[in-house]
Amino acid sequence: MLARSALRSARPVGAAARNAASKTASRSVSTSSSTAEGASSWKTNALPVGATAFAIGTVAWYAYIAGRDVDAMTPAEEGLHPTQYPWEHAKWNKTFDSQALRRGFQVYREVCASCHSLSRIPYRSLVGKIMTVDEAKALAEENEYDTEPNDEGEIEKRPGKLSDYLPGPYKNDEAARAANNGALPPDLSLMVKARHGGCNYIFSLLTGYPDEPPAGAVVPEGLNFNPYFPGTGIAMARVLYDDLVEYEDETPATTSQMAKDVTEFLNWAAEPEADDRKKMGWKVLAVTSVLTALSIWVKRYKWASVKSRKIVYNPPIKSPILSKLPKPTNKS
Amino acid sequence: MAGLTSFVYNTVFRSNVTMLTTVFASAFAMQLAFDTGSDRIWDSINRGRQWKDVKVRYVQKAEDDDDE
Repeated sequence: MLARSALRSARPVGAAARNAASKTASRSVSTSSSTAEGASSWKTNALPVGATAFAIGTVAWYAYIAGRDVDAMTPAEEGLHPTQYPWEHAKWNKTFDSQALRRGFQVYREVCASCHSLSRIPYRSLVGKIMTVDEAKALAEENEYDTEPNDEGEIEKRPGKLSDYLPGPYKNDEAARAANNGALPPDLSLMVKARHGGCNYIFSLLTGYPDEPPAGAVVPEGLNFNPYFPGTGIAMARVLYDDLVEYEDETPATTSQMAKDVTEFLNWAAEPEADDRKKMGWKVLAVTSVLTALSIWVKRYKWASVKSRKIVYNPPIKSPILSKLPKPTNKS
Repeated sequence: MAGLTSFVYNTVFRSNVTMLTTVFASAFAMQLAFDTGSDRIWDSINRGRQWKDVKVRYVQKAEDDDDE
């Protein structure tokens, strides 16, 4: 505040001088230009107008040659662009809804898990987010895992622990292909990150199966028609139908409800750190905004004296050198 | 203003040990206050969505099962 008032008080002196100077300058310029205006003709403007036209023409030509979209695929091969849905959990200030995650995990377990693995999710990550410790332990114990080799080098089976990862439905990719007519059901751990459109794409895909393919669509043998899938022919048939699962919290299990829940769950599986990341982001913004304000204030404080100072130059008084010589006396 | 400035100088800045102690103690306190406050705001924005809001139903249910 002190710096600001100092700046203000210093201004009028300089401003008056500057105004006076600029006024005379502008007058002289205007007088000279008015004389030139009378003599101007189309010849004066030909060069700038021509140069401008050439520049615009060059840019337009370049944009025509190199700026257009080049599509390697037809729209059918690209797949229909998914609709934007207002995902609540995708907002910058919202966490995942644990209740929805729980429902989504139920849908995954009862529907998706028969073909798709979720190999990057350990049981421990479900604890404190989707289910209690006891529930997760009970779930882990339903499956068997290999032990470390014992004294004879034999590998035995043991019930699962919290540190184990969710087991896949198939032993390996080849078994998966053999069971699914040659098509490999992809792992869903990172599917929301891995597909263009993310949540919107997965929701649209799950709910986008028409009752029958539109007229003229070519659906190869063994594939199903889905406009959102690139190429429109997808090996996965429609799986979600109303009341396919029975939610424990008695939410009506419509197709879109299940698709929404499982999409949110897959988003959590792909980005389990999202909640903490968002909260930390807000904290960082809060701290850095204070620091920014502080640094701006310090800069103004330090520069106040520099900005408000006035440099005065007093030229030395020049006197003719002859005046310093002793004057001749005219006394002769 | 002058009285406050001299008071602050005499109590905090005069001795280096006092000043350092004040700096570390206030850093600790402000960190604690900032974290607690931001957590509270975050939880109020996301009320009913996080596991700590939801888990009551399932923990309760497990205990009921044990009783039966």
